Amino acid sequence: PRLSPFAVGQCGNQVGCRFWDLALREHAAVNKKGIYDEALSSFFRNVDTRSGGDGPGIYKGKICSLKARALLIDMEEGVVNEILQGPLRDVFDSKQLITDVSGSGNNWAVGHKLYGCQYRENIVEKLRKTAEHCDCLQCFFIIHSMGGGTGSGLGTFVLNLLEDEFPEVYRFVTSVYPSGEDDVVTSPYNTVLAMKELNEHADCVLPVENESLFDIVNKIHHMINSGKLGSTVKQTSLVTSSAGSANTVQEKPFDAMNNIVANLLLNLTSSARFEGSLNMDLNEISMNLVPFPRLHYLVSSLTPLYTLADVNVPSRRLDQMFSDAFSRDHQLIQADPKHSLYLACALLVRGNVQVSDLRRNIERLKPSLHFVSWNQEGWKTGLCSVPPVGHSHSLLALANNTCVKPTFIELKHRFMKLYKKKAHLHHYLHIDGMEQSCFSEAISSLSDLIEEYNELDATKGVPRTDPARLKIAV
Amino acid sequence: MSIVTVQLGQCGNQIGHEVFSAICGDVRGRHGLCSKRENDSYHDACKERFFCEEESAVPVARAVLVDMEPKVISQTLSMAARSGYWKYDERSHFCQKQGSGNNWANGYSVHGPRHKEVIMNLVQKEAEKCDRVGGFFTIMSMAGGTGSGLGAFVTQSLRDAFPSSFILNHVIWPYGTGEVIVQNYNSVLTLSHLYRSSDALLVHENDVIHQICAQLMNIKQISFRDVNQVIAHQLGSVFQPTYTAEGALHYSRNPLGDLLEALVPHPEFKMLGLRNIPQMPERSLAYSTFSWPGLVKHFRQMLIANAKMEEGIDWQVRPPRPGAFVPSSHSTNKPLRFNTSIANLVILRGKDVHDVDLGSFRDPSLYASWLNPQDTFNAWKTPRAFNKYEKSAALVSNSQFLLKPLDSVVGKAWNMFASKAYMHQYAKFGIEEEDFLDSFTALEQVISSYTTL
Repeated sequence: PRLSPFAVGQCGNQVGCRFWDLALREHAAVNKKGIYDEALSSFFRNVDTRSGGDGPGIYKGKICSLKARALLIDMEEGVVNEILQGPLRDVFDSKQLITDVSGSGNNWAVGHKLYGCQYRENIVEKLRKTAEHCDCLQCFFIIHSMGGGTGSGLGTFVLNLLEDEFPEVYRFVTSVYPSGEDDVVTSPYNTVLAMKELNEHADCVLPVENESLFDIVNKIHHMINSGKLGSTVKQTSLVTSSAGSANTVQEKPFDAMNNIVANLLLNLTSSARFEGSLNMDLNEISMNLVPFPRLHYLVSSLTPLYTLADVNVPSRRLDQMFSDAFSRDHQLIQADPKHSLYLACALLVRGNVQVSDLRRNIERLKPSLHFVSWNQEGWKTGLCSVPPVGHSHSLLALANNTCVKPTFIELKHRFMKLYKKKAHLHHYLHIDGMEQSCFSEAISSLSDLIEEYNELDATKGVPRTDPARLKIAV
Repeated sequence: MSIVTVQLGQCGNQIGHEVFSAICGDVRGRHGLCSKRENDSYHDACKERFFCEEESAVPVARAVLVDMEPKVISQTLSMAARSGYWKYDERSHFCQKQGSGNNWANGYSVHGPRHKEVIMNLVQKEAEKCDRVGGFFTIMSMAGGTGSGLGAFVTQSLRDAFPSSFILNHVIWPYGTGEVIVQNYNSVLTLSHLYRSSDALLVHENDVIHQICAQLMNIKQISFRDVNQVIAHQLGSVFQPTYTAEGALHYSRNPLGDLLEALVPHPEFKMLGLRNIPQMPERSLAYSTFSWPGLVKHFRQMLIANAKMEEGIDWQVRPPRPGAFVPSSHSTNKPLRFNTSIANLVILRGKDVHDVDLGSFRDPSLYASWLNPQDTFNAWKTPRAFNKYEKSAALVSNSQFLLKPLDSVVGKAWNMFASKAYMHQYAKFGIEEEDFLDSFTALEQVISSYTTL
C-alpha cells in the first residue's frame, strides 16, 4: 500500500527530515541489489531524473531516483530550506513544498484560518498530484506539533482537507504535545483548538510528549556513559541515533528526540512494507484499536532502546523487551498504562521473534494489566521478519488506554488558566473566521472526550456480569 | 476427479503452500513401504487430485491464490517455484494492494462484489483444466478480513456458480488470546455465512496445533511455519489417496464426495474436527514402533474424551451405557465430558492396515440415538505409508469436538457486541447490528443442535 507522510510546521519538518533519512537507511540495509521493490514503493516513487521529478513512475527494475511521497509544509522557510540543502535534497522536488516567510506566530488561528484559506488551492493541487502518483493510496500521515501555530493550525487544516478530498484514505496523525514548561505561552490554546480537529477528523492519533522523549534520551546517554565494561552499544541500534544515515552534519539538539518519533513511524509501517508471518497493515491498526470513533488516541512505546553489541540474545532478554514495552519510562507520553484501563493493545514485533515468544509473553504479562470487560483478550499482534537497523528484534506497542486522560486533563487545566483571564485571546479573535465559539466548542470537545475516558475508568475493577445469551427454542 | 483449492488471505496462502509441499513430499518419498505398483497407483491418484502436468516437467498445483495485499502471494509463488518439485500456475492468482484491514465487512461487502468476476474466472479456468471436478476446497482463517469476509463471499459465489459441486471449507480458528481484537466478530460472521453455502467446515484450532508443536514435536521457538506444517501433515493424512471400500481395487476418485457422504448426514451438523496420530519430530520416527491395537485404542479414547492430542487423554471418560439416561444440558457451562458423535471417519495408512479391527468405533453408544448405526462410521485404508510414518491414523469427526470452542467464540463475541464496540467499523462497509444478530442467531442454533445430541 502507498503511504504518504506530510510534515507541517517546524517540529513536523524536523521530525520528517529524520524520518526520511532513517527510512532510506532502513531500506538500504535490506535492499542490497538496488531494485525498486514493493517495500520501497510504500514511501517512495522511482523516477527517471532526466524527465524531471514529475515524470511517470518507474515501477520495476533498478532504482533511478527515489522521490518521497511527501508534502513539506511550513510557513517559515528555515527548516525546509535546510532540508533542501542537505543530503536529502534529491528526495524531494519543489512541487512537494509549500512554504511562506513570516511564520504563524505561534497562533493556531493564523495557521488554520489565515494560511489555511490562503493556501487551500495550492495544497489541494499538490495533494492530488501526490495521490495521482500512487496506484493505491492507503494512508496519510501528518507529523506536527500541537503547541505552535503552523503545525497545529495549518496541520489540522490539512487534516480537514484530507478528509474532504480523500475520505477513503486513512488519516494517522503523530502529534507532539507541549510540556508543562513549554516556552510558548499560548500553547494550551493552540493545542486545545487542534485537539477538536483531531477528535473529529483523525482516524488515529499517536500523541508524543517532549518530556518523555527527553527522558529516553537521557536514559540512553546515562547508560552509555556509565561505562560498564564489556557492554558496547551498536551505534546504529540506538533509537535516538542517526548513525549510518545520510545525515553527516553535526547532530542538532532535537535530533535524538526526533529520531525516536521517526523510528515510531518506521516501526508502525514496517509490517505494511516488509514481509512476515503475520502481517499488520495500517488499516488493521485502525480497525482493531479504535472501538469507538472518538477514542482513537494510542499510547506508543518502542523497545529496545538500543542493542548491545554481543550477538547472542537469550530469550530472557527477549522477554525483557516485552516487559519494557509496558513500563512507564518507555512510553512516548507521560503515562502509565499498567495502572489504567486498556481498551485494546497492539504488539508489532520485528525480527527473529516467533509466535510462541509472543504467546509466552502475552500470557505472562496479561495478569498484571487491566482490560475493559468487553475485551478481555484484546490483543492485536503482528510479526514482521525484517528487524530495524542494528537490531535483531524490536517491539512497538500501541495502547488504547485511559492513561491518556491525565495528559488531557492537564491540558484542559492549562487552557482554563489562560481562558478564564481571557489572556491573549485578542490575538486569535482578530483573525478572520475566528470567534469566541471556536474556543468554547474546542474546550467542550475536550471535556466530552475526558468524560468518555472517565466513564470507562469507572468500570475498572467492577465485577463483570456477562450479558445473557440469545435463547433458541429447542 | 480433481480438487480445486482456493487459498484465501495470508493464512490461507501460507497453509496452502505447506499442504501442497507436504503432499508433493509424501508422493516423492520412497518411504511408501509398499509395492511399486501400489506406489504408482498412489502417485497417479494423488496427481489427479491435486496437480496437473502441463508442458512443464514440474507438477502444477490446482489452486487459485487470492489475497487483498501482494506480499504473501508473491512469497508463496516464489517459494513453491524455488522448491523445484512443484509450483503454482503463475497466472492463477489475484491480489490487490489495500488489504482488508481485518474487517469482515470490507472483505465480504466491498472486495467480494468488486472482484467476484475476476476471481470466479480464475476458478473457472482451474476447473476447466481438470478432466472432472470433484469439488472445491477453500483454505482460510476466520479471524482476519480477507480469508474470513472475502472467503465467505467466494464460498457463496462458488455455491451459486456450481450448485451441485462439493464445497469443503478448511477454517483456521485463531489463538484464543488474540491475534486480532475483532477476531470473534469476524469468526461469528464467517461461520454463520459458511454454514449456509458450504457442505462442511473442517476446522483446525491454532491453540491445539500449538500444543502439538510444543509437547509432541518438541519445538522450542514455535513459528507459524511450524504450526502450518503440522496442519498440512494432518490435511495430507486425510486427502491423500485411500481405498474407501473394503476390497476395492482402485483408489477412490471422489475424495470430497466420499468424505461428505460419510460425515454429513444432516445439513444442521457440518462442523468437522480432525485428529492425527502419531505425531512426533521426524528424528524420533526411526526409534519408534507402533502397534495398531495401541493406536486404535488411543484414538478411540481421544474421540470419546475429546482429547486434542495424544498426550493427556482422560481415560476416565466412558460412553453412557445403553438405556441409561443421558442428561442433555442446554447450558454449555457444564463440561460435557463424553463426546457424542454424528459420524466418524478413520483413515489408516501404512503397514498391515488390512487386519486392523475398528469395531470399537462402531459402538452405537458413541453416537446420537436418532442416527442409523450403519451410517455412522466409515474406515478408509491404504497400505501405502504417509509422510515417513510407518503407521498413521487420521480421524475426521462430526461430533461435539468443536462445541466448546464454538460456544467460547460466540460468547466472547456476544460480550463485545453488548457494548457495541467496533460496530462503526463494520457499519462503514455495510454490515449493521441486525446482520450481527442474524449471525448470532444462526450460531446459537448450531450450538443448541450439537449440545442436545
